[in-house]
Amino acid sequence: MPNPKRRHSKARTRTRRAHDFLEAKSLSTCPQCHEAKLPHRVCPKCGFYKGREVIAVKDNF
Amino acid sequence: MRHGMVNRKLGRTSAHRNALFRNQLASLIDKERIITTLPKAKELRPQIEKLITLGRTDSVHNRRQAGRIIADETLVAKLFDTLSPRFADRNGGYTRIIKLGARRGDAAEMAILEFVGFELKTETAAAPEPEKKAKAKKAAPAEEAEPAAEEKEEKPKKKPAAKKAAAPAKKKADKAEAEEKPKKKPAAKKKSEK
Repeated sequence: MPNPKRRHSKARTRTRRAHDFLEAKSLSTCPQCHEAKLPHRVCPKCGFYKGREVIAVKDNF
Repeated sequence: MRHGMVNRKLGRTSAHRNALFRNQLASLIDKERIITTLPKAKELRPQIEKLITLGRTDSVHNRRQAGRIIADETLVAKLFDTLSPRFADRNGGYTRIIKLGARRGDAAEMAILEFVGFELKTETAAAPEPEKKAKAKKAAPAEEAEPAAEEKEEKPKKKPAAKKAAAPAKKKADKAEAEEKPKKKPAAKKKSEK
């Protein structure tokens, strides 16, 4: 079985991982209730999309 | 490469998949709006559009063609008699998909699939609802401004508004009665809908 010849240095590992991170979701603002929401989706807070109510949102969720 | 492979398998055998689509198409014709996952909605859309197109020309043959997919005769009748005539002057695009976001549990993207022109009858507790009704109220005769219009009070006013239109001169005592009566009716409807 082939094996690594050399141990990876900390720097090498950390350099590789420099690009491993989570990115923040790009959010838009609901024009109805001004909450942050995902773009192109119904606002989960108020149930509005494109100026009309498309789904009934329960208050006690 | 997955080029040109447009039809999703949805993790099902073809029989399972066809049964699923038939059920969902029947539900969609029945309820005129269904909430499902986005991939299923996207698969369903061309199928329901073809059914509607089929339904626009009424003939025994077309009805039987539709009947091959929709088992329920009453739903076939609905498709031909009420649903399709609605789209007589619309060339395709009878439905719309509205994205809802990820489902809790498996984070599947959910969507509403509904016919264009679908009107949501919200009698349930929806916070922003008054806005809709406020517009409806403006259309009705503008009597008694009702400044203390709270959300909960506004809900049953859909029907009272119609009554008020008939008899706008009625005053608060009558109105209170009118409000109480329809409150019960929507509650009953809620149960039957669910």
